[in-house]
Amino acid sequence: MADLDINGQLLSTDYPEDTPLLWVIRDSLNMTGTKYGCGAGLCGVCTVHVDGQPIRSCQTPLSSITGKKITTIEAVHEIKAGEAVQQAWENLDVVQCGYCQSGQIMSATALLTKNTYPSDGDIDAAMSGNICRCATYVRIRAAIHQAAKNLREPS
Amino acid sequence: MNSIHNVSRRNFLKAGVGLTVAVMLPACDNQSNAVNNTAQYAQETFTFLPNAFVRIGSDDTVTVVAKHLEMGQGTYTGLATIVAEELDALWSQVEVVAAPADAKRYNNLEWGPYQGTGGSSAISNAYQQMREAGATARAMLVQAAAKLWEVPIDEIEVRNGVLNYRGREVTFGGVVDLAATLDVPTDIKLKDPKDFKLIGKHAPRKDSQAKTNGQAIFTQDIKLDNMLVAVVAHPPKFGATVKAVDDSQARLMNGVVDVVQIPTGVAVVANSYWMAKKGRDALEVTWDESKAYQGSSEQIIADYKVLAQKPGLIAKQDGDALGLLKKAKKNVITHEYTFPFLAHAAMEPMNCVIQFKDGRCEVWNGNQLHSVDQFALSAVFGIKPGKVNINTLFAGGSFGRRGNSQSDYQVEAANIVKALKTEHPVKLVWSREDDMRAGYYRPIYVHKLSATLDAQGLPKTWHHTIVGQSIAAGTAFEGMMVQKGVDTTSVEGANNLPYAIPNMQVDLHTTNASVGVPILWWRSVGGTHTAYSTEVFIDQLAKRAGIPPIAYRLSLLKDKPRHAAVLKLASEKASTIVSPEGTKHGQGVAVHKSFNTYIAHIVDVTIDADGHLKVDRVVCAVDCGVAVNPDVIRAQIEGSVGFALTAALTGEITLENGAVKQGNFDTYPALRINDMPKVEVYITPSAENPTGIGEPGVPPFAPALANAIFAATGKHITQLPIGDQLKNT
Repeated sequence: MADLDINGQLLSTDYPEDTPLLWVIRDSLNMTGTKYGCGAGLCGVCTVHVDGQPIRSCQTPLSSITGKKITTIEAVHEIKAGEAVQQAWENLDVVQCGYCQSGQIMSATALLTKNTYPSDGDIDAAMSGNICRCATYVRIRAAIHQAAKNLREPS
Repeated sequence: MNSIHNVSRRNFLKAGVGLTVAVMLPACDNQSNAVNNTAQYAQETFTFLPNAFVRIGSDDTVTVVAKHLEMGQGTYTGLATIVAEELDALWSQVEVVAAPADAKRYNNLEWGPYQGTGGSSAISNAYQQMREAGATARAMLVQAAAKLWEVPIDEIEVRNGVLNYRGREVTFGGVVDLAATLDVPTDIKLKDPKDFKLIGKHAPRKDSQAKTNGQAIFTQDIKLDNMLVAVVAHPPKFGATVKAVDDSQARLMNGVVDVVQIPTGVAVVANSYWMAKKGRDALEVTWDESKAYQGSSEQIIADYKVLAQKPGLIAKQDGDALGLLKKAKKNVITHEYTFPFLAHAAMEPMNCVIQFKDGRCEVWNGNQLHSVDQFALSAVFGIKPGKVNINTLFAGGSFGRRGNSQSDYQVEAANIVKALKTEHPVKLVWSREDDMRAGYYRPIYVHKLSATLDAQGLPKTWHHTIVGQSIAAGTAFEGMMVQKGVDTTSVEGANNLPYAIPNMQVDLHTTNASVGVPILWWRSVGGTHTAYSTEVFIDQLAKRAGIPPIAYRLSLLKDKPRHAAVLKLASEKASTIVSPEGTKHGQGVAVHKSFNTYIAHIVDVTIDADGHLKVDRVVCAVDCGVAVNPDVIRAQIEGSVGFALTAALTGEITLENGAVKQGNFDTYPALRINDMPKVEVYITPSAENPTGIGEPGVPPFAPALANAIFAATGKHITQLPIGDQLKNT
C-alpha cells in the first residue's frame, strides 16, 4: 500500500511499486485526464508535474515518487500559469481530437511557471516532447504567447 | 423535404425532455440487411435514447444530437452551428450529444442507408437536414408562443433563444411543453443566408472546455462496474496463427483473470491494463507462419514498377494517348513516383469496450461506421444487428483508422468476450506497438506518368498508370466504390485531373491477389498519392516548357473556374518571399480538388548546407462552399498541413519478410512543434453547398512542398518520404 500526494490530497493505492504512475493515476485513482499514448516516453500525452517539473508518467514507477507532490490536469487550474494556459487554450480553440491536450497543457504550464516571456525557441524546447497528430501546433504556440501575456499583464 | 414527426408527444414528454423533432428519412424504406433491425431496436429503447436532432429542455438547454463522430474535425460544432442558426438559439445554450446507432434516423445521406462518418461528408450531407431540423423546431416554438399569448404567428420574433411579441418575452423552455403537443408544420421556411448570425461567423468549439480540463471522455477512459481489461499477443506477421501457448507464468501474474485464444492471437484478461500487459509479457506463444504473408516493401515496389510498364484497367480515356506516345518516341517525358505504406497513428491507440448480456451487445467506442460495426459485431454473437447498441465517444484521432470496413479491433474485443463467456464488460486496449503493427495502412502505390507537349509547351498527351491494392475490394463499400474493376479510391484525383489535355489515359493495376497486407483509407485517401504524382509531374512539364508553374496551370484551367480562383488567391497572398535572403530557398505550388473542396497551397522552404529542410510558410486558399465555421476550417487546414508534412518528411511503414519494422514514435516519427510551419488560410466567399474540410487540405501539401524543393535545389523528389534525400543537394 503506497500513499500519493496528488493534487493536494493524500490518496492510497494497492498497486505494486513497479507500476508506472500513469496507470496508478488512471486505473487505481480513477483520474482519466492523463492519457496513455506510447508507453515509452516519446509522445508526452501522459505528462504530469512531480514537484513542479513536467515528467512522463508512463516512465515513472510508483516507487520513485514517494514523498513528492504530483499535479495532474485535474488540478492544474490551481496553478496560476495553468489557469492562464487553459483560458488561452479555450480562447483560441486549440483542441481538435483533444487526446494529447492534457499533456500539452501540463508542459506549457511548467514552461510559463518559470518563464512568462518565452521566445519561440523556448516554446520549441519546452513543447517538443509533446506530439499532436492533429498538428494543432500553430495554436499551441499562439496560446502560450497569449497566456504568457496575460500572466505578465493581468487584466 | 424529409417528413418530420413530432415524437415528443409520444415519448419524450414522459422522459421530461421537452420538444423533440425527429427527421424520418426516405432512405429508411430501402434499408439493407445490415441495418434492418435498428428501427425496431430504437422503438424498444425510445424513452431513454435520443432519437432526433434537436431536443429542447424546459431549462432552455438545446441539445443537438450529432449523427457524426467527433474525432477532432469539429463536426459537433459544425452540426450544432447549423441547427442553432435556423433555431435562432443562443450559442451558449446549445449542447451536443452523440446519436445512437440507428441508421433509420442517423444515416449519412451521401451513403444511402448507412450510418457513418467519412469522406469529409458530415457537413455536406447534413447541411440541409440540420437547417430543416432547426427551422422546424423554431416554427413549433413560435406556434406555441402564439397560442400561449393568443397573438398572430407572423408577428413573433425569435432572437438568441427568446421569443418576442411586441416586448412580451418568453424563452424556449417556457413554451416547450406546449410546442410538444403541436402538429409539425410542413411549410418550413429556411433563412435567407444574408441573415445568418452564426454560419460564416465565429461559433467557438463545443468541445474546447472538456478537452482542456481533462474531463472529456474517450474510449480509453471508460470504466464500468466489473469491467475487465484485455491485452492481446498478436502474431508477428499478417496471416500467422497460434501454434502453441504456454500461459502458465501469465496466469500466475498479479491481477490476471484469464488467458484465452482468439482468432487474432492470445488475449490476457486482467483487472487493469498494466496487469494485463505484464501478463502478456509473461506469455510464451509459438506462431505458425506457414500461411503468413512474407513480403517486403522493397519487393512490392519492385514488382509494382514492372507492372507499371504496361497499361492497366482503364479509369479514364480521352483521345488516343497511347498511340500518340508511341509515335512521339524520344520527345516523351516520363517519371515514376513511389509511395510507402503509412500508419494512421492516432494519438489514442485503438481500443473499445464490449459487453454481451441478455442477447444484446453494448459497445463503447469512437465509432466511425456504425452500420458496418453493428453488422460485424452481430455476426460474432449470432444476434441481429439491431441488438448491437453503440455508445459513441470522442475519438482521440482517427484519420480513417476507426472507420474500418472489417471493424477489426471491435471484432477482436467481441471475440474475447465470447471466449470468456462473460457478461462483464471487457475493455480491449492496444499498446502503441499493437496499433502500429496491426496493418490497415495506406497502401503502397507506384505511379508512372508519361506526356508529350505541343508547340506552346502545353501537354498534348498524358498517360498515367497506377499500381496498388484496392481499399474497397472485398468490403461493404465495393459496390459503391469499384466500377469495372477500378476502385475509385485508387484513381480519384488522377481520373478527374482538371487540366485540359486532349489525349489522356489513366489506368490501374490492382494487386490485392499478391499483397497480403491489410490496407485502409488514410486521411484524404486517393489524394494522398494522386495529387502528388500529378502536381509534381505538371511542374516538370512546366519546367520543360519554360513557363512558370502557376501560369502553366492557369493556362490549362480555363474551364475550371474554382480551381483557377484558389490558385490565383494563393498566388496573390504568397507574392512575398518569406525565406531568409542568402539561403537556398524556393517556392512551390499545388492545386487539388478532393471531397468537392478546392485547395491551393503555396509552400516556401529553406534548405541549409546540411540538407536540412525548413518549411517557412504555407499559404492556403480554400473554396469549400458555404464556410459554416471559418475558424474550424482554418484549424483543419493548419492540421492537414502538419499531418501531410509528417508523412512527406518521414512517414513510412516498412515490411521486411512480412514483419513490420516500425512500432512506436521513435521509428515512425510524428511532426513536433519545432518543425511546424506558419500557416495562412484564406477562404473564398461562396454560396455553394458546403463541402468537405477534414481531408482536402492534405493532398496538395506534399506536392507543393516537393515543387518548392525542386525550385530551391533542382532535386525532383520521386519517392516518398523525403527522408535524407536532400543531403548533398
